[in-house]
Amino acid sequence: MTAVRRFVPAMVGAALIVFMAILPLLNLSLPGILPTPTYLPGTLALLSLCMVFAALALSYNLLLGSGGMLSFGHALYFGAGAYGLGIALEHFGVPLWPGVFIALLGGMVIALATGAVAMRVSGIPFAMVTLAFAQAGSVLVRRNSEVTGGEEGLSLDTDQVPDMLVGVVNTRNLYWFALAVLVVVYLVTLWVDTSRLGHLVRATRENEQRVRVLGLQPYRAKLIVFVIAAVLASLAGVAYMLLQSGTVPRAVSADLTITILVMVVLGGVGFRWGAIVGGVLYTLLDQRLTVLAGSEAIAGLPGVLRIPLSEPLFLLGVLFILVVMFLPGGIAGTIDAWVRRRRGERARVALRGIDDAESQAETRADSDREVRV
Amino acid sequence: MSTLVLTLITGVGLGALYFLVASGLSLIYGLMHVLNFAHGAFLTLSAFLGWVVAQALGTDSWWSFLASIAVGAIVGAAFATLTELVLIRPLYERHIEQVLVTVGLSFAAVALFEGIWGTDPITVSGPSWLKQTTDVLGARIPNTYWVLMIAAALVLLALVLFLQKTRYGMVIRAGVENRSMVTALGIDVRRSFTVVFAIGGAAAGIGGVLAMHYSTFVSAHLGSTLLIFAFIVTVVGGLGSLTGAAVASVLVAVLQQFANFYLGGTGDFIVVILLAVVLLVRPSGLLGRKA
Repeated sequence: MTAVRRFVPAMVGAALIVFMAILPLLNLSLPGILPTPTYLPGTLALLSLCMVFAALALSYNLLLGSGGMLSFGHALYFGAGAYGLGIALEHFGVPLWPGVFIALLGGMVIALATGAVAMRVSGIPFAMVTLAFAQAGSVLVRRNSEVTGGEEGLSLDTDQVPDMLVGVVNTRNLYWFALAVLVVVYLVTLWVDTSRLGHLVRATRENEQRVRVLGLQPYRAKLIVFVIAAVLASLAGVAYMLLQSGTVPRAVSADLTITILVMVVLGGVGFRWGAIVGGVLYTLLDQRLTVLAGSEAIAGLPGVLRIPLSEPLFLLGVLFILVVMFLPGGIAGTIDAWVRRRRGERARVALRGIDDAESQAETRADSDREVRV
Repeated sequence: MSTLVLTLITGVGLGALYFLVASGLSLIYGLMHVLNFAHGAFLTLSAFLGWVVAQALGTDSWWSFLASIAVGAIVGAAFATLTELVLIRPLYERHIEQVLVTVGLSFAAVALFEGIWGTDPITVSGPSWLKQTTDVLGARIPNTYWVLMIAAALVLLALVLFLQKTRYGMVIRAGVENRSMVTALGIDVRRSFTVVFAIGGAAAGIGGVLAMHYSTFVSAHLGSTLLIFAFIVTVVGGLGSLTGAAVASVLVAVLQQFANFYLGGTGDFIVVILLAVVLLVRPSGLLGRKA
C-alpha cells in the first residue's frame, strides 16, 4: 500500500505533463480564465508565460524553501538569461543553441560572483545585499543602451532562431518549449532536494553551526544551491526571451524579484508544486485583473472604489499581505496541513521553519547588534 | 578646485538625504530586526501629501515649504504607526513574515499611488531661494543641498537626544541590547516598537518631502529608488548603528558623486562595489560590532 502511495505523485505528475503536452491539440474552453480555446495562440501564449513563471518560482523555491535564503536579487539571473540570449544572438551572431548556452553560462558566472560576496552575510542582510546587486544589474541594463537597448528593451534577433520557434503561427512549438523548460527545472530541483547536497543545505538552514561542527562546509553547499537556482532562473529567462521575442528592463528589476517572491509565498514556501501553482495563479491573476481593471463595471464605480480596483498590483499586494498574515503556509502549505491533519501527521510549514532557524541564529548573535549613538 | 568643492559638498548633501531615509531603517532593524520594505512607501506618500499641502498654500513661500515638511513628518509617522499596529505586531517575532508583509505593502502602496497621482512624474517647485546657488570657494552650490544638510543634522541631533535623554530612548537602547531582559523587568517593549516605527516614519517623511525638492519631481517610485541606497548605507554602516548609518551615508554619497563627475557617471556602480568590498573585508559593516 505504501509502495503504491509513493508512486502516486509521480504518476499524477506524468499524467499532468502528458495532458499539458496535448493541450494545444484539444479544443477546450475555460471562459473567464483563458481568453480563447486552448488550441489558439492567445491561450497558448498565456499558458506558456504561466509555465515560464512557474519555472522561475520553482528555482526561487529551491533558494528560499530548501536553502532558507531570502534573496531579493533573483531577477538578476532571470534577466541574465533573457538579455544574455538576446545579446549573444544579436552581437555575437551565434545560432540559437550556442546562444542559450552562453546565456546560461553568463547567468552562472554572475551568480558565482555575486553569490560568493552576498553569502558573507546571512538572513536579512543577505536580502539587502542581493537586492543591491540586482539593482546594479538593472542600472547596467538601462545605461548601456547600445548593447541592451536601454529602456526600449532588446528584441530577439530572429535571424538566428529556427523558423519553428518564430511567429504567432508557431506559438504551439514555443508552448512545448516552455513546458520542456518547466519539466527540466522541476526535475533539477527534485534532484537537488533529494540529493546529499539538498540534505546538507536543509540542515544548514536549520542549524548552520551544527553543520560546521560536523566538519561539513555549509558555505559551499549554499553557494552551489544558489548557483543552481540562478542557472535555472536564467533558463526561465531564456524561455521568456523566446516567448516574448524580446525583453524589457523590468526583467532585471527589483519589482520582478518581489513578484517571484509573491508567487512562491502565495503557492507555499518549501513545496515544489506550491511554487508551480503560485507561478501559474499569479500570472493568470495578473493578466485577468488587468482585463478587469479596464472593464466597464470598474469604470462606473466612484473614485474610492475605482482607483484601488483598477490597479492589479494593488489587489495582488493586498492578497499577498492577507496570505502572509492568515495563510502562513500559502496554498500548498494549507492544503498539506489539512491533509496531514486528517492523516494525523504533523504539518510542515517551511516559512516558520526558516524563521525559527533565523531567530535561533539571531539569539546566538544577539550581542552583535545594538543602536549606538 | 571649484569642481572638487562642488562634488564634495553636493556629496555631503546627498548623504544627508540618504541618512534621512536610512536612519529610520536602521533604528527599526536595530530594535526589531525587521527589514522594512515599506519605508520607501512612507517616504513617497509623505512627498505626495507634502506636495498637495504646498500646492494649496502657494509653492514659493517659506511657510508652505515648512508646512509641507511638517505634514510629511506627520504623514510618515502616522503611516508607520499604522503599519506597525496592523501588520507588524500580529506577526510578533516572525521576522521573515514581517519582512514579507512590508514587501506586500510597498507593492500595493506604489500601485495605489500610481492610481491616485498617475504614473508620470509631477514637477514640483519650492521657494525660489532653493533654485539659486551659493558661492563657496568658487563653487556654485545649489541651495537645496544646504537644506538637506540642516534637516539631516537636526534629525540626527533629535534622535541622539531622544535616545540618550528620554525614558523611551533608554528603553529602546536596552531593548536592542537584551529584549527579553527588558520585558522581564515589566516594561512594555512593544510600545517602544511602535514609537520607533513612528520616529523612523517621520524621518522618512521629512526625507520624502526634501527628496522631492532635490529631484524636482515626485512620482510613485520616488521612494523605491532611494530605499535601495538606504539599504546599502545601512549594511555598509553596520546594521542597527545610527552613527554607522550617518558615516556611511556621507561616504557612499560622496563616493557616488565623485564617480559620477570624474569616472563618467559610474556612481551607482561604485556604490555597489563599495558594498562588495565592505562585505568582503568587514561583513558586519563599518561600525557594526564584529560577529
